[in-house]
Amino acid sequence: MATTLAATNPVAVADLKGKVEPDWCPGCGDFGVLAAVQKALVELQIPNHNVVTISGIGCSSNFPGFINTYGMHTLHGRALAVATGVKLANHDLTVLVTGGDGDGFGIGGNHFVHSMRRNVDLLYIVMDNQIYGLTTGQTSPTSRLGMKTKSMPFGSIEAPVNPISLALAAGATFVGRGFSAEQKHLTELIKQGIQHKGFSFLDVFSPCVTYNHDNTYQWFRPRVRKLEDDTGYDPTDWMAAMGKSLLWDDEIPIGKFFERTDVPTLHGAEPVLDAGPLAHVDMRIPGDVTRSFIEELM
Amino acid sequence: MKKTFAIGIGGAAGQGVATPGDIFAKIFSRRGLHLNAYNAYQSIIRGGHTFLTIRTGPEKVTNMGDRIDLLIPLNQDAMDRHLRLLTDGAACLYNSDTIKPAVAAEGVALYPLPVSKLADITRNKVAQNTLAVGAGLSMMGIGFQALEQVLTEQFKKKGEGVVTENIGIARAGYNYATANFKPFAWPLPMTANHYAVLSGNTAMAMGGAAAGVKFYCAYPMSPSTGVLHWMAAHARKAGIMVRQVEDEIGVVNMAIGASHAGVRSMCATSGGGFALMSEGLGLSAMMETPVVVIDCQRAGPSTGVPTKTEQGDLWQMLGAAFGDYPRALAAPLDIGDCFKVISEIFNIADRFQCPGIVLCDLLLSEGRLSVDPKDLDFDPVIDRGELITNASSASGANGDGTYKRYKITESGVSPRAIPGVPGHTHTAASDEHDEDGVLISDEFTNPTKRRAMMEKRMRKVAGIAAAVPPPVLWGPPDADVTLIGWGSTKGVIEEACEILTEQGIPANQLQIRWLVPLHGDAILEILKDVRHTFIVENNYSGQFARYLRSETSFVPDGYIRKYDGEPFMPHHIVEAVKEQLSGKTKLSVPAHEILV
Repeated sequence: MATTLAATNPVAVADLKGKVEPDWCPGCGDFGVLAAVQKALVELQIPNHNVVTISGIGCSSNFPGFINTYGMHTLHGRALAVATGVKLANHDLTVLVTGGDGDGFGIGGNHFVHSMRRNVDLLYIVMDNQIYGLTTGQTSPTSRLGMKTKSMPFGSIEAPVNPISLALAAGATFVGRGFSAEQKHLTELIKQGIQHKGFSFLDVFSPCVTYNHDNTYQWFRPRVRKLEDDTGYDPTDWMAAMGKSLLWDDEIPIGKFFERTDVPTLHGAEPVLDAGPLAHVDMRIPGDVTRSFIEELM
Repeated sequence: MKKTFAIGIGGAAGQGVATPGDIFAKIFSRRGLHLNAYNAYQSIIRGGHTFLTIRTGPEKVTNMGDRIDLLIPLNQDAMDRHLRLLTDGAACLYNSDTIKPAVAAEGVALYPLPVSKLADITRNKVAQNTLAVGAGLSMMGIGFQALEQVLTEQFKKKGEGVVTENIGIARAGYNYATANFKPFAWPLPMTANHYAVLSGNTAMAMGGAAAGVKFYCAYPMSPSTGVLHWMAAHARKAGIMVRQVEDEIGVVNMAIGASHAGVRSMCATSGGGFALMSEGLGLSAMMETPVVVIDCQRAGPSTGVPTKTEQGDLWQMLGAAFGDYPRALAAPLDIGDCFKVISEIFNIADRFQCPGIVLCDLLLSEGRLSVDPKDLDFDPVIDRGELITNASSASGANGDGTYKRYKITESGVSPRAIPGVPGHTHTAASDEHDEDGVLISDEFTNPTKRRAMMEKRMRKVAGIAAAVPPPVLWGPPDADVTLIGWGSTKGVIEEACEILTEQGIPANQLQIRWLVPLHGDAILEILKDVRHTFIVENNYSGQFARYLRSETSFVPDGYIRKYDGEPFMPHHIVEAVKEQLSGKTKLSVPAHEILV
C-alpha cells in the first residue's frame, strides 16, 4: 500500500512540514538539520506515514513536532531504547532518532553504546552543540576542556567524549559527521544513513547561537574538511576511521567515516521476525504449540 | 481439615536439592495429587542452606503448611536445623555415613540409610539423594514404577547407562526402606486427575503468551528472571521477540516503543529494577501507550534480601512516577491466577491506554503449584480497545477527516493509530500536549488546555473502575473474625480461616486482587457488618492497611505482619488472631521458627 501511495502521490517537502513552526532560536543549527532530513526523505521518496521520528528531551529533541511523520517525543536520554522497540515491533518502518549531545552521550549514554553493538537498523542524528541549551547553558559531555558555562564557571576540568571514536568502538556500522551549515553534504549523509541497513550514527555540528560562544559557525567553518574530498580515504577501513576520528582543533573531518555492510541487523538476525512485522502477525499462538507448552509441565 | 503430606529437603546449594524435589512433584501431580512447593534459599550458587518444602494432597494445597512429615537432610547442617521441628508421626531419612542424628521429638522416626553399602558413591555423587527418593516413596505407599518412569525421562538424554544406574540406586533405596522402615500411616492416595506443575514466573510468561504478547524484554533480576527464561526458551515457537536489555530503564522504554508500534509488550523486574522504570510509566501514561510491567517483590529496601519474599513494594507501585495519571494495579492471588491476571490487565491497559502493573512476589514467582491444565486457557478474551491499525478502519475516527490522537472524549479514551497507517501521522508527546499531540513546548500550551488534557486522561480512572469487579467476602458471612489480605497471602489466610473455624472461632476472608482500582465503597459495604478485623501482610509498616485507611478511613482491630523474608505459615496467623482476640496486642509479628 505504501509503495502505491508513493507512486501516485510523490512525497514533497510540503508533506513533511509539521503543524507548528520550530521554536528554536533564530540562527540555531537545528533548522539546517530539519531541512536536510526533509530533503533526504523527499529524495528517497519515503511516505511520511512509514517514518517514525523519535527523540528524547532537549532543544533538538523537539524535532518530531516540526516534521510531519509519525513522531514520539519520549524521555530524556531514552529515545534509542524506545526506537529499538518500535523497529523490532514493525521493521517495515523507517526509524529516525534525533536528539542532542546531552541527551545521547550524557543521560542516554548507556543506550547509545548498546544500540550500536546491537546494530539496530535506524538512523541516529545527534545535533551536537557542545552545550545544554534548553536548561540555559550548562556543560555537556562534548563541551571542550576548559569551557566556561553556568555549571562550570571556572572552566570544565573533564575531558569531552569523542562521539565518533565511541561509535566506532561500540560497533556502529555506519558512522558519519555533518555540519548543519553544509546542507547538501548533510542531506547526502542522511540519505546514506537511512539507506544503510544497520545502526547509522551521524554526529552533526549544530551550533547553539545563544549559549555556546566557543563552537560557533565561524569557529567550525575554517576547520571542517570533507572526507569525501580526500580521494585516498577508504571508509571501509575501521583503523583509518579511528585515526580520523581523533583529529580536532585545526582540522575537523566531516563526512562518512566508516561503513560496513556485512553485519546482520538486529531484526534481521532474529528468526521470530521471518513471518513479517510483529505489529501485523496473528496474536494467537497455534493450538498444537500451546498444548506443547502445557505438556512440558505435566 | 484437609489431609496433606509434606516433604522437606534441606542441604547446601549445589548438593542437588532441586532434583529430588522435581521428581517428587512430578510423581505427585501424575498421581492426581495437588501440590505446593516453596524453596527457601540464599543468593549463593554453592554452599549456604536451602530448604525445599513440597506439600501434597488430594485437595487443593495452597501453601507450605505447618508440618513436615518426611525430612530428608542432605547434610549435617540441615539435620541440625530441621529435625527439632518435626512432630509425632514424622520421619527423617538420612545418610548414616555422613550425618549424625540430632535429638528428635517423641514419635519421630529416624531412618538411617547406609548409603555406601547401597550404592557406589565413587561413581554417583548424588546417590544419597536418589536413595532417599526411592526410600521415601516406598514409605508413602507409592509403587516403584512411577519413579522408574520419571528417572527414565530425566536421564534419557545422558544415555541408557545413566538411566539404568539411577534406577538401580533408586530401587536399592526403595527396597531397603520396604524391608527396614515403617510406612507412613497415610499411604498417598491416587485420583483420576492430572495436573500441570508450574511456577508463578512460568505462569505469568505463559499468561503473556496467551494474551498475545509479541514483545518481551527484561534485565535479569531475582525473583523475576524466571519470566525471562520461559520467554527466551519459548520465543521462537510462540513468535515472541524477546530481548535482554542493558538496564531496566531501557527495558521499559523499549517495551513502550514496541507497544506504540502496535504489539502487546510486557516486561518483568523486581523492586530495584522497577524503581528505574518509574519514569517510563509516566511516559506510558502521558503518551497514552499501554505497557504491562510485572514487579516480583523481594525483601527491600535496596538490594535487600534478593532471595526472600515480601509485600513491600505496594507504595512504590502507587507512587511510581510523578504526577497524576491513570494506572491499573493487580496482585495475583495464586500461581494459577498469575496466568489469568496477565490477559485481564492487558485488556485494561489496551482499552484505557495506560500502564498496567502486576504486583507479584517471590512466594508466587518462584513457588510451584499444581494447576488444572484446563485453567491455562490460551484463548482468553483479547480486547485491544480503540486501536487503528489500517486506514479504512479509521475513516470515521474523528468524523471530520482529520485525525486527532488525543481527541477529547467523554471516556477519556482517544482512538490510537499505530505508525504506518496513512493519514494518521501525529506526534505522541511526553510533554503536555493538546488534542493534536504536536504541542511539544510549554509555549504552545496554556492553563485551559492543560486542565482539559488532565481531565481527559483522568476520566479513564472511572472507566477502569467500571471494568474491574469489586472484591467479595469468602467464607461464612457471620464469622467472628475477618482476615483481610492482598495478593499472594490468599492461600495461607484461607487455611488459617479453616483452622480457626475448626477451633471454634469462625473466620472469613477478604482478599484484595485489584489494588487500583480499589473499590473502596464496596469494601466498606462488606466491612460494615463484620466483627473482628485483622489485616495480614508480608511487610513492616502495614502498607496495605495504610492504603486502605487513606482510601476509605477504615481502621481494623489489629494487624498481623511478617517481614523476616519468609512467608506466613497458617499457624502464624491462627496464633496471632488468638493473641489479639485475648486483648494482648493489636500488632502481631510472628517469628519464623524454621531457620533458613
